[in-house]
Amino acid sequence: MKQIKLDRIGTRPLSEFSYGGEVVDEPEGDTLSDREWAGYLFNADGAPGVKLEWWRHVPTGIWYRLRRNTITDEFIIDQPKVEAKA
Amino acid sequence: MTRRLPPIAGEWINREKRLDFTFEGRSVSGFEGDSISAALMANGEVVLGRSFKYHRPRSVMSAANHDVNVLVQTAERTNIRADVERVESGMALMPVNVFGSLKRDRASLLQKFKRFLPVGFYYKAFYRPKGMFPFWERRIRAIAGLGRVDTSWRSERPFATSHHTDVLVVGGGASGMSAALSAAEAGARVVLADENPQLGGSLHYQSFSDASRHRALKKLIAAVEAEPGITILTGAEACGYYGHHLVPLVTREGITKVQAKAVVVATGAFEQPAVFGNNDVPGVMLASGAQRLIARYAVQPCQRAVILTANEEGYHAALDMLSVGLELAAVVDLAASADRGGAAAEIKNKGIPVFDHSAIYETVTGKSGVAAIEICPLDEGGNLDRSKRTLISADGVLTSVGFAPAAALLYQAGVKFSYDPVLHQLVPGDQPKGLYAVGRVNGVYDLSDKQVDGKACGKLAAADALGQTVGQPKRPGRSQTAHSHEYPVFEHAKGWNFVDMDEDLTLKDLTRAAEEGFDNIELMKRFSTIGMGPSQGKHSNMNGIRILARKRNRSIDETGSTTARPMFHPVPVKALAGQRLRPMRRTVLHDFHASHGAQFMEAGHWLRPEFYGLEADRGTAISAEVAAVRSGAGLIDISTLGKIEIFGVDAAELMDRLYTMRMSNINEGMTRYALMVDKTGIVIDDGLAARLSENRFYVTTTSGTSDSSFAEMQKRILEWGLDVDILNLTGQLGAINIAGPLSRQVLGPLTDIDLSEEAFPFLAVRQGLVFGEPALLMRAAFVGELSYEIHMAPAALEKAVAAIMDTGESVSIRPFGVEAQRLLRLEKGHIIVGQDTDGLTNPFEAGMSWAVHAEKNYFVGKRTLECLKPKRARSLVGFTADIDEAALKMAECHLVIADGDIRGRITSVAQSRTIGKVIGLAYVDDGTVRADGSFHVRISDGRMVKVSRADLPFYDPDDSRQRLGVDTLDGVAVPGEAA
Repeated sequence: MKQIKLDRIGTRPLSEFSYGGEVVDEPEGDTLSDREWAGYLFNADGAPGVKLEWWRHVPTGIWYRLRRNTITDEFIIDQPKVEAKA
Repeated sequence: MTRRLPPIAGEWINREKRLDFTFEGRSVSGFEGDSISAALMANGEVVLGRSFKYHRPRSVMSAANHDVNVLVQTAERTNIRADVERVESGMALMPVNVFGSLKRDRASLLQKFKRFLPVGFYYKAFYRPKGMFPFWERRIRAIAGLGRVDTSWRSERPFATSHHTDVLVVGGGASGMSAALSAAEAGARVVLADENPQLGGSLHYQSFSDASRHRALKKLIAAVEAEPGITILTGAEACGYYGHHLVPLVTREGITKVQAKAVVVATGAFEQPAVFGNNDVPGVMLASGAQRLIARYAVQPCQRAVILTANEEGYHAALDMLSVGLELAAVVDLAASADRGGAAAEIKNKGIPVFDHSAIYETVTGKSGVAAIEICPLDEGGNLDRSKRTLISADGVLTSVGFAPAAALLYQAGVKFSYDPVLHQLVPGDQPKGLYAVGRVNGVYDLSDKQVDGKACGKLAAADALGQTVGQPKRPGRSQTAHSHEYPVFEHAKGWNFVDMDEDLTLKDLTRAAEEGFDNIELMKRFSTIGMGPSQGKHSNMNGIRILARKRNRSIDETGSTTARPMFHPVPVKALAGQRLRPMRRTVLHDFHASHGAQFMEAGHWLRPEFYGLEADRGTAISAEVAAVRSGAGLIDISTLGKIEIFGVDAAELMDRLYTMRMSNINEGMTRYALMVDKTGIVIDDGLAARLSENRFYVTTTSGTSDSSFAEMQKRILEWGLDVDILNLTGQLGAINIAGPLSRQVLGPLTDIDLSEEAFPFLAVRQGLVFGEPALLMRAAFVGELSYEIHMAPAALEKAVAAIMDTGESVSIRPFGVEAQRLLRLEKGHIIVGQDTDGLTNPFEAGMSWAVHAEKNYFVGKRTLECLKPKRARSLVGFTADIDEAALKMAECHLVIADGDIRGRITSVAQSRTIGKVIGLAYVDDGTVRADGSFHVRISDGRMVKVSRADLPFYDPDDSRQRLGVDTLDGVAVPGEAA
């Protein structure tokens, strides 16, 4: 199983994490059309590549924003992380 | 007739321990360590199985897991692989797929119909007329299929275990053991796994008569066993390769998930059969199968053998056979014996007839398998010249014509294979980081080369695992002589030349498939079913590819190789299921419930009281609980509700953004209904939000959403960058709701909080002491009576509940369960999120437009709700029906029907003694309710029940009972908490 190594919690198995989707900024603005809004809601970017994603470590209750290469299924952990207070 | 040989050095059997069992009712005995098929052969049993389609007699072919010629069953277990399962004392074994007995299988008559059963026959014959297929399917299934399943099986759930290691070596042969040793010497922790009960791999049985190989084997095993860094797991099949070096091993005890940092695949090669006439009958086996029988179990495969070979291994096998006194009638070489090295010369020196450039046309079968063999020379085109045939009497044919890599794990790891024209074998291409293919799976055949290859990769794997860098050690090249023949396939006039023994597929079947236009093995596989039997192509795919390539005049690489998906061998479902570990949460009041006779039900992760009393009196008990709440006082455990504290300068901002209603204007000391939708506007949660101070809120969620709502809040706080903290108190606090017109009277003496209507009005929240301990109280009205939610620390709550029950005795207070609460809230028309809403419900449909404050700047889902509001086309409505037999049969999810169309469905329905009717909630499309207020529900037996739309709530329409005359802020009609 994939192991994810994070500074604060060490190396943990993937089964301890839950996936929270790609980090996508909610579109704003009064001119936003229904179609654009629906695109944000329902058209996730399925193209493979390096993505910034939400991952929650369930036992500690900490959310991480992690970069992952969805082609190789590898996390790229060398960037500053944003962590929630448990 | 016994076929047991005198002791063989290194044999796996324990001759001290005799095990008796039965086969088809006959008494048989074997030794501890015997495989079932070895023991049967040792006892002179010849026909050990019947084939899948034509019920032809079969026996041992590979003596390994590469074919399923010998499947047996007991009363409890089916499809036992006799070649690899050990004998146990007292087994009562029966063959599978036999009509009558093994010797006289009535279904073997099917052979006579072979020419009417070509490949694809079933697809073509039975698909029309469509309605007839079920008829044919039943008949085909009665004949096809293998073992019988014991339908009164007992549930067995072996534990799954995990094993973390640096390096996993799969395969305990010479290559694997060498790799394990060098990895351990480099400081890595190593797991060495092999599917067999003992280490050794092909080094144990191939050329077993060569004493130097036997010494090499003993030395390697001793070294591996002496190495403390190596954990040896035998009897452990690596059933698949999963991402990031996870390899589950299947053992008798269950699955061990090995998580490695690097994996060495030393799985070796499957010997492949030759295709010729009657190549499937008892007596024809792989040379390696014969070697396994002798070296492992000291069982003689036959008495007088012909060896068909295309490599030097065939001559070594010939020497092995001679060493145990087998008569060797001839060696038939598909090419020139002069190219086969010293072993071939030795065989010739012993005077064994060797037929060069020859092959076998067919075996002539007698009563019990092979009786004679027709050998023919090959002409220049590689075809058999039957005019020059020789007939030799023999009872066995051992074939040694080539190998296919045991490459399943490598394929699963994404390794591409290509055809090596020197070896005539598929060989692996580049391997991903931390994965190494060594030994014969990598096309390395020589024993010393295999050890060097293993050592080199063990070192590399250890370096990968330990994060070290090492220089590239020298690896031996692949063998420079072919160990496989490029086309060991020969025509047979009667067409009994089998390619796939599992599926009874012959050369003609595959030729026809090729003629039908299938040019890729992946497609032909699905049409012809080659490789789709229980052995998953281990003995058939390579020949299938060779045949297809030749018939379509394409290269092997163009024809492709099949992807070997997990599982490598069939895995018992019980091993996959593993132990069912399903934690069940009990509330702090569990003992209280039990002592009051609660019937518990599972509600999500929780065990909750459904009602109190005997199951036989269920309806009476629930009615009595409802009556207590309506007329006196009742008490329900609501500890399962999510309980979240929110504090910080942005607390009100967070609340406004999370919930559909405005929360920032709740007065301190007051509560408000809290409805949450997701960004697509779907109702996902509801509860009660209390403002404890300017920057401090306390919210409840439904029982099922406490974790998800909390996680969502955390995520949003990060996303929005708010200065606020949240605490999940769900498991830290218990809670009850004491409800009923007399609840104030019961609670009053136990608390220092002023419960008067003026001091503690409807929807207020107060903190104080209950029975001397800190508590948080909220006036909610989920059940529609005066009621107080009390949230407290667990131990304190237990004591408080006991005290409440004491003081409530005078008003006959009683605990009520989930069922009573569901009816009480239904009478009030309050929805339960998840029951009266589903994954498509927005607040407008659920009748909660009042809970959406569209004038707020922002909340999650606001933009979507703006789109959805004008599109609302259905509503959740209340309905009633007079109590009669049909109305009482209405149930959740029964459909609302109008003009023959589905127009909605019931979400909640129950008989209400309070109202004197059957009452319910249903989604109904606009325009369905008739002018007289009626619509129709279809119940399970198809009858229509006429119901009448009713205004909500059914009970106490002006909410006087819960408010007791005191008005609340906003003037908004506010339901209470949800279950």
